[in-house]
Amino acid sequence: MAIDVDTTAGSWTKERRKASRKANRKLHRKEYTWAAIFMAAPIVGWLAFLLFPLGFSVYASFTNWNGLGAMSWIGLDNYVRLINDPYFWKALWNTVFYMIGIPIGLTLSLLLALALARRIPGRTFFRTVYYIPVISSLAAIAILWQWAYNGDFGLVNQFLAIFGIDGPNWLMDPTWSKPALIIMAIWKGLGYSTILYLAAVQAVPRSLYEAAALDGANAWQRFRTITLPMVRPVTFFLVVTNIIAGSMIFTEINIMTPTGGPSWSTASLVWYIWNQAFRNLSMGYATSMALVLGILVLIVTVIQFRLNRRNDFSIE
Amino acid sequence: MSITSNPATTRMATTSARLARTNRTIPKFDRNPFAARSGSQENKAVNWVLFAVLSIGAIFMAAPLLWMVSTSLKTTEAVYALPPEWIPDPFVWNNYVRVFEDTFVLSGIKNSLIVALSVTIVGSVFSSLAAFALAKMRLPGKNFIFIVLLSGMMVPFPTLMIPQFVMFANIGWVDTLLPLIVPVILGNVIMIFFLRQYLHNVPDGLVEAAKIDGASYLRIFWTIILPLIRPAIAAQFILWFMAVWNDYLAPIIYLNSPEKQTLQVVIANMNVQYATQRDYPLIMTASVISVLPILVVFLIFQRQIIESVALTGSKV
Repeated sequence: MAIDVDTTAGSWTKERRKASRKANRKLHRKEYTWAAIFMAAPIVGWLAFLLFPLGFSVYASFTNWNGLGAMSWIGLDNYVRLINDPYFWKALWNTVFYMIGIPIGLTLSLLLALALARRIPGRTFFRTVYYIPVISSLAAIAILWQWAYNGDFGLVNQFLAIFGIDGPNWLMDPTWSKPALIIMAIWKGLGYSTILYLAAVQAVPRSLYEAAALDGANAWQRFRTITLPMVRPVTFFLVVTNIIAGSMIFTEINIMTPTGGPSWSTASLVWYIWNQAFRNLSMGYATSMALVLGILVLIVTVIQFRLNRRNDFSIE
Repeated sequence: MSITSNPATTRMATTSARLARTNRTIPKFDRNPFAARSGSQENKAVNWVLFAVLSIGAIFMAAPLLWMVSTSLKTTEAVYALPPEWIPDPFVWNNYVRVFEDTFVLSGIKNSLIVALSVTIVGSVFSSLAAFALAKMRLPGKNFIFIVLLSGMMVPFPTLMIPQFVMFANIGWVDTLLPLIVPVILGNVIMIFFLRQYLHNVPDGLVEAAKIDGASYLRIFWTIILPLIRPAIAAQFILWFMAVWNDYLAPIIYLNSPEKQTLQVVIANMNVQYATQRDYPLIMTASVISVLPILVVFLIFQRQIIESVALTGSKV
């Protein structure tokens, strides 16, 4: 009996909930419709230019295809080819190598932000000057630096000559071509991370520093135990976005070293993919590499989010 | 929307709690307890040292760009002067006439403007409509839709470029500006994200009251929501415009005819073509022209741009 009551009661509430949901739907039908209309454009964009191409990519990566003719199914051949392709590994290695610039750039920009957070004469001016490379077009910057790295007449070696250093022919030298690109990337991105760090540094409540000073903490201790943990969300954001952007490095490679650099020392993964797809027209193979790139980016991002969560726990 | 209204606030609370817990030692009062307190008591000597360091850094940041401007006004021979000539002698203003007469810079500017303006203006409307619906309207599953849209940010463009290219090639859009406009005009996920965030600070009552008054949703958007989020739209609009203006990878995939290329592709191609002719000043002139519009916009809206960039980091 009790069971009977329970079930009827359960179905009754369920029914009532269903009824009220139905009433709700009727009441808000107009609102639902309009909300759907308002969201339609980005949803259509997502379906047509993200989901569909992505699905198509997965299929195309299993085919031999030049982009125009028929696609012939070749199973995992593209992926096997990729694993045995020394150029793929070289391009991947180069792409990872460029990321050395990320910690260097972040350290420099945090130091800059700490300096700019103080009452220094002309700090607005400094902020502007350091930010101008960020807004400048990468194509123009790459052209400019390509010339600056010229072995004989370039600005960089002219400057080094002041100190009696005979600079290398940067972009023509397999050992120096990657560092050259890294230096340029740091120069260009410095202002952006500085601005983010500056906002974070200025948001740290003064009371924390006061309390620490009362305890006799010195400047280094205050920096390490207060500033650094407080700007950690920004560091996390910058590391994630820089790695994603770094994995897509293309413009400066293609402009400064149009053939992939001396002994292929500058070719990045995206540059190689682009080359395979649009110059060699092996679209199927290029698609498989592009998918591997996408998956690698995804894995690295997920790992970072995991690590970030774990660090949060250890702090609290 | 202040910078403190973010996850940093919660972390701030826990950090200060932790500090309070560990503050068991008796404070030393043998020195000024407010030493680290405010800017007015900062060490002046340290500030001047930092000023000197920042000035040297500023020279490094500005030198390449100043050199670009200087080279754009030189004769072809003066480029190879040793030591480098910083102030051109003579000034060749004719380079700026030549660059418009002899090259595709003018059509490049036109094409870049068409793409950047149409994408950002129409795209901002789509993005703000979607953000309004996602933040303030009823629709079952809208949070799921938001997550799905956000997931698009995880897919790097190089992974999608090959299938997108083939799609547009099949409908004959290659060598037109349409493939650069259509996929991005439907809304920008980053913009939707920030506007939605911004709208959470707007009380629901405003929308409800207007609804009771019988206003249509389009009217609510137009007369209530849009004026409220205008500053946020403006900030994101400028950042987006700069990103589209400076884009290079998508334009080189689609645009073949010189008169159809965007400015970044035009200057990159000039770099190849004129470098062999040793006409370096002309390349630099074109580069200056590609940077100049963005620089002017930046200098005018500097405060808003820097604030919205700083906000990017604090919203994560």
